[in-house]
Amino acid sequence: MASFFDLKARKAAAANGASSSAEKKTTENPRLQPWVEKYRPKTLSDVTAQDHTVTVLQRTLQASNLPHMLFYGPPGTGKTSTILALAKELYGPEMMKSRVLELNASDERGISIVREKVKDFARMQLTNPPPGYKSRYPCPPFKIIILDEADSMTQDAQSALRRTMETYSKITRFCLICNYVTRIIDPLASRCSKFRFKSLDQGNAQRRLEDIAKLEDVVLEEGAVDALIRCSDGDLRKAITYLQSAARLVSATAGGDDGDGDKMDVDSKSITVKIVEDIAGVIPDATIQKLVKAMRSRDAFRAVAGVVEDMVADGWSAGQTMTQLNQAIIYDETIPDAQKNRITGVFSEVDKRLVNGAEEHLAILDLSLRISKIMAGR
Amino acid sequence: MALIVDKHRPKSLDDLTYHDELSKRLRSLAQCGDFPHVLFYGPSGAGKKTRVVATLKELFGPGVDKIKIDARVFQTSSNRKLEFNIVSSIYHLEITPSDVGNYDRVVIQDLLKEVAQTQQVDQSAKQKFKVVIINEAENLTRDAQAALRRTMEKYSPNLRLILLADSISNIIAPIKSRTLLIRVPAPTHDEICKVLAASAKKEGWPILSGLHKRIAEKSKRNLRRALLMYEAVHAQNEKVTDDTPIPDADWEVLLGQIATEIVNDRTPARILTVRAQLYDLLTHCIPATNIIKTLAFKLVDLVDDDLKGEVIMFAATYESRIKEGTKMIFHLEAFVVKIMKMVEEHLMSVDM
Ligand SMILES: Nc1ncnc2c1ncn2[C@@H]1O[C@H](COP(=O)(O)OP(=O)(O)OP(=O)(O)O)[C@@H](O)[C@H]1O
Ligand SMILES: [Mg+2]
Repeated sequence: MASFFDLKARKAAAANGASSSAEKKTTENPRLQPWVEKYRPKTLSDVTAQDHTVTVLQRTLQASNLPHMLFYGPPGTGKTSTILALAKELYGPEMMKSRVLELNASDERGISIVREKVKDFARMQLTNPPPGYKSRYPCPPFKIIILDEADSMTQDAQSALRRTMETYSKITRFCLICNYVTRIIDPLASRCSKFRFKSLDQGNAQRRLEDIAKLEDVVLEEGAVDALIRCSDGDLRKAITYLQSAARLVSATAGGDDGDGDKMDVDSKSITVKIVEDIAGVIPDATIQKLVKAMRSRDAFRAVAGVVEDMVADGWSAGQTMTQLNQAIIYDETIPDAQKNRITGVFSEVDKRLVNGAEEHLAILDLSLRISKIMAGR
Repeated sequence: MALIVDKHRPKSLDDLTYHDELSKRLRSLAQCGDFPHVLFYGPSGAGKKTRVVATLKELFGPGVDKIKIDARVFQTSSNRKLEFNIVSSIYHLEITPSDVGNYDRVVIQDLLKEVAQTQQVDQSAKQKFKVVIINEAENLTRDAQAALRRTMEKYSPNLRLILLADSISNIIAPIKSRTLLIRVPAPTHDEICKVLAASAKKEGWPILSGLHKRIAEKSKRNLRRALLMYEAVHAQNEKVTDDTPIPDADWEVLLGQIATEIVNDRTPARILTVRAQLYDLLTHCIPATNIIKTLAFKLVDLVDDDLKGEVIMFAATYESRIKEGTKMIFHLEAFVVKIMKMVEEHLMSVDM
């Protein structure tokens, strides 16, 4: 039996021409890619919703100049896609390798690497594009070093960057990317033009999702797009993954029911709000209401303990429970403001504990009992 | 002799006996070729792993059953050597990064790149990608999770990840955003009874619905625990009936006694003995979280209604400190002291 790590077998397989053509097929056959990759923006103008950033970058594209840059914003808002698209438009496929260095959190980025690998690349002389190439791609006279997921770099490694950034700024630009701008040390951040990537707004996200749905031939029920956006908190990547999963689900059930699977029964093939919420792990309202009711019951301890035990066994994540319970309580007008204020404090404390790894069952039970006590006026 | 939990484990999506909707969903995802990265979450003993292995089989066929275990050595940047076990077939490999504690990032970085950069050995494989299963993903350090991010995107033509976690509170947002989250609820009591009955048939045991029901309830919907209990009942009794007692785990019995002692004997001397007993449990590898949680639920049954909420509050407080701190015994002891004090004060206030 060939082993997974049997390099000889792998080499043989690689030498065998079939594999490289198979390899090509994967890249050629976008059907087999997860949709997030398949629909990753290829050019700057493909990037949705980050109009300000895109406009500024497009201008620099024409002027063929670029400052050091810092992209920041929540996950799935297009940061990585934007810089990759920009690099491609600047250098084209042939010059990408020699002009762009991408390092991310999966690469070793300790201080020694910053001192060596990054510095070596930064000071490397520019190679010239082949004749005629410049008419297709601007190929400005500098290289780009992309430090994606820079918030996971140590402070030391970041400090080591300062000098490199300044010394070679004639021939090298840096683009730092992160979720939390506060994790980037000040001396670095202040050397960069900052671009904030916003969570995607309703309209833009909706358009993008509808476009993808059309290309993939999936039908969305009224309200399903809203549900996708609501459940993914402005994270387009998440929304696209949900969409793909939902599409698979409906195509499977429809295909199973009637063998020839023609578009006879459109209803059974469209994605519903319920399917989306299901996939997103949204807790049914009835369950949350049951919990709230238990909190208000006379024998609150036993009632709450029972409901919480079931919810934990059903696998509802603590984070989701907190979010939805919070909504239910904040919008409940029968609860006096003074009580709500105290309840907010409890949510804040329990959230912090959960992020630090606290056991979910105890945490949620504690949360619920304390809220129950506050609501009982004690 | 293999235990029935292993022996009777379903091998394919068709064999899975509960959550039919979910099985259907997994099948359709597996058959489409554009399988995304997936994160399975749900309580322990709900059957996550079984479902993952069945999905893998749906993806690649029977070849995934031929597994082997290798020990690999990784080197940290400070030249420390880490030995690490990898379970693999030609289509997938399975790792438990928390085995190497804080060095998990090194393993993730090296291993995933290596996998992603090599080709599928089997030319006729049903999928062009390979799968890496990551167990106990909830224990991955932040650094290791960060290291996964871009890897998951960059190498997605060659590599899919399946992560397994009991809880997703510790998983960072960028990872959640890159995976399809799949919730696996624990089976209901009825579903557990069905599984027990099926196992009984295979073993030639009598079908005792009363016993099955009691086991299901006692297991708290943890199927693994239920099957282990079921086997223990049969191992310890010649003749099993509907009323055969179900044995408790030793450590749970001990915690039950400790709870009673804490409530009844609120003295410094007792604190000392309890401390020694708890320490003993820790050295026997009972996780501190399990200790405090079990103890809390035993205590709740012993104290006045007015105090139950407080017991849970203290338990939750000290459990979270266990996670943040390093000396587990401190927090367990502090919990015990708090409970004694609480009971004492309550009794005084009632007396007056
Ligand atoms: N503004 C956008 N326009 C179009 N598609 C987008 C946009 N933002 C995100 N997407 C979609 O989401 C996927 C992920 O985007 P991208 O990798 O750029 O996110 P990111 O901001 O780098 O996130 P992270 O902080 O998690 O690294 C893309 O492949 C694309 O399908
Ligand atoms: Mg990114």
